[in-house]
Amino acid sequence: MHELQVTHRILDIVVRHAQANGANKVVSIQLKIGELSDLENEWIQKYFDYISKDTLAENATLMIERTPVVMKCDDCAHSFEVNFRQMKDIQCPECAHKKYTLISGNEYNIKNMEVI
Amino acid sequence: MEKVRLIEVKEDIMSDNDAVASSLRARLSKEKTFLINLMASPGAGKTSLILKTLERLKNELRTGVIEADIDSMVDAEKVAAQGAAAVQLRTGGFCHVDASMVEKGLNNLDLDELDLVIIENVGNLVCPAEFDTGAIKNVMILSIPEGDDKPLKYPLMFSVCDVLLVNKMDYLPLSDFDVNAMRERVLNLNHKIEIFEVSTKTGEGIEAWTNWLKGEAASFIR
Repeated sequence: MHELQVTHRILDIVVRHAQANGANKVVSIQLKIGELSDLENEWIQKYFDYISKDTLAENATLMIERTPVVMKCDDCAHSFEVNFRQMKDIQCPECAHKKYTLISGNEYNIKNMEVI
Repeated sequence: MEKVRLIEVKEDIMSDNDAVASSLRARLSKEKTFLINLMASPGAGKTSLILKTLERLKNELRTGVIEADIDSMVDAEKVAAQGAAAVQLRTGGFCHVDASMVEKGLNNLDLDELDLVIIENVGNLVCPAEFDTGAIKNVMILSIPEGDDKPLKYPLMFSVCDVLLVNKMDYLPLSDFDVNAMRERVLNLNHKIEIFEVSTKTGEGIEAWTNWLKGEAASFIR
């Protein structure tokens, strides 16, 4: 629902890096967004196309990589992936402990971008 | 044809919000003001819960409220009528509150005179969960008529909260809401969450909630 605000933040960062690197045009942007985010890829691209008009990033393609939800067991410190949409009785696959802490899956990162 | 170059960016899109949120927490700790972020769906009972909380705490904690309801003064007026300091944020069509909006709200309150500030976030279980507001604790309300499946549909919200208030317990006999199933789903997402069953209508469970709040506020502002 807040794709537009997130998209503005992406555009600001991308244009800043493009200028700092003396680029003429941004071709593509690689994003890493955690699986826990409810943002829709299609809408991020649509908003981006709209707000990036007349900027260095106009017509750039967003490539969105979803990063998995990873938990770390509070007992044995083993890290494991979790499917949040099908979670039922999540437990550590190593020691069967049921208490864990989220270590990734809620990130919003711009990894890199291709420019000419 | 110009050559395509790859530029490493490695920036967190949320880093500016996270930086403002961290600086707010540092300021709150210096000012000795405890800040909670209250989130829920529209109609779950955020305003009623705040009013009940103010009523019970009025002689113990000096409380202020930051209202983020979309373009309306109604909630701020109700809160002000309870004798609490209230500031209304004009969030326009925003679906959530972020740290810089909270900063604006705090700048309009006299923090020297306040022990506790409650943010009434925009009614929504999706977006508010993604933005750090600078609050010390996150609290959410789930009301009985919404159903016991909400933790399955909005896992992020349930994972970021320190407290879950299950409101409208007085409706339980009329509904097929399964409290045990809901608890199991929530604890599976977040085993550290504190759950209080309350009813803002009958007053059930409100004391347990305000005791928790008093304890947390006291240890923060000590």
